[in-house]
Amino acid sequence: MENITQAIQGVPLNHYILLSAIIFAIGAMGVLIRRNAIVIFMSVELMLNAVNLLLTAFSAYRGDAAGQVFVFFIMALAAAEVAVGLAIIVMVYRNTNSIDINVLNKLKW
Amino acid sequence: MSQSLFYLIAFLSIFFSLLVIFTKNPVHSVLYLIITFFTFTIHYILLNAQFLAIVNFIVYMGAIMVLFLFVLMLLNLNKDAEPAKSNLLKIAGVVAGMCLLVTLVGSVKALNVSNPVVLNNPNLGLVKNLGKVLFNEFLLPFEISSLLLLSAMVGAVLLAKKEA
Repeated sequence: MENITQAIQGVPLNHYILLSAIIFAIGAMGVLIRRNAIVIFMSVELMLNAVNLLLTAFSAYRGDAAGQVFVFFIMALAAAEVAVGLAIIVMVYRNTNSIDINVLNKLKW
Repeated sequence: MSQSLFYLIAFLSIFFSLLVIFTKNPVHSVLYLIITFFTFTIHYILLNAQFLAIVNFIVYMGAIMVLFLFVLMLLNLNKDAEPAKSNLLKIAGVVAGMCLLVTLVGSVKALNVSNPVVLNNPNLGLVKNLGKVLFNEFLLPFEISSLLLLSAMVGAVLLAKKEA
């Protein structure tokens, strides 16, 4: 384990921020360009994970354990969110026979 | 060992997350997302956040992605492909995402902090250390998150139940 953690020594913090920003942007792009509700949901998970990685990197950088505890809470929240969200998607599919989000435009007008 | 491992894993994360949003078949999308989460687990191990690596592995790759896959199989969507959005909307979405990326990267450049990540305290992410923090300073949020999970479970059952 000692030489594994040696590998990370010297990676600039900026590169972690860049990596997280890129993955967050990819998630946002996925929300914008897809129409399948489940894929949109997965893009939201991608964005959550980008933030988790950045929080962990900052926590290791600052030597403060609170950041990693926050990541743990975000994971608990994501589990709850996925359960409710997928239940909603199943209900939408049962009512409209599709998970295309363009069907769900009743509130638009 | 050099830092090149980090850059390799970072490249893999970006590559597979791009595949997640650009694959046509939703099942393949879920599988690519699982690989993306695996690369995140490797990132956590590199940061010596062992507890988070294990939790990410079990909760995200194990529980959440199986839930996704299960719902996807349950809905049986493979027979009709997802209708494509018009190209204009797709281009607009990509442009908007790039604008977000440029804004974030530009603000990072303006900050100009580029100190290397040095693990001052290598025991930081171990279960022993995190457990002490979790059950001293964050005891109340921990208990409240159990309430959150309970209400989410009740809500999910209520939503997915067939209406009587």
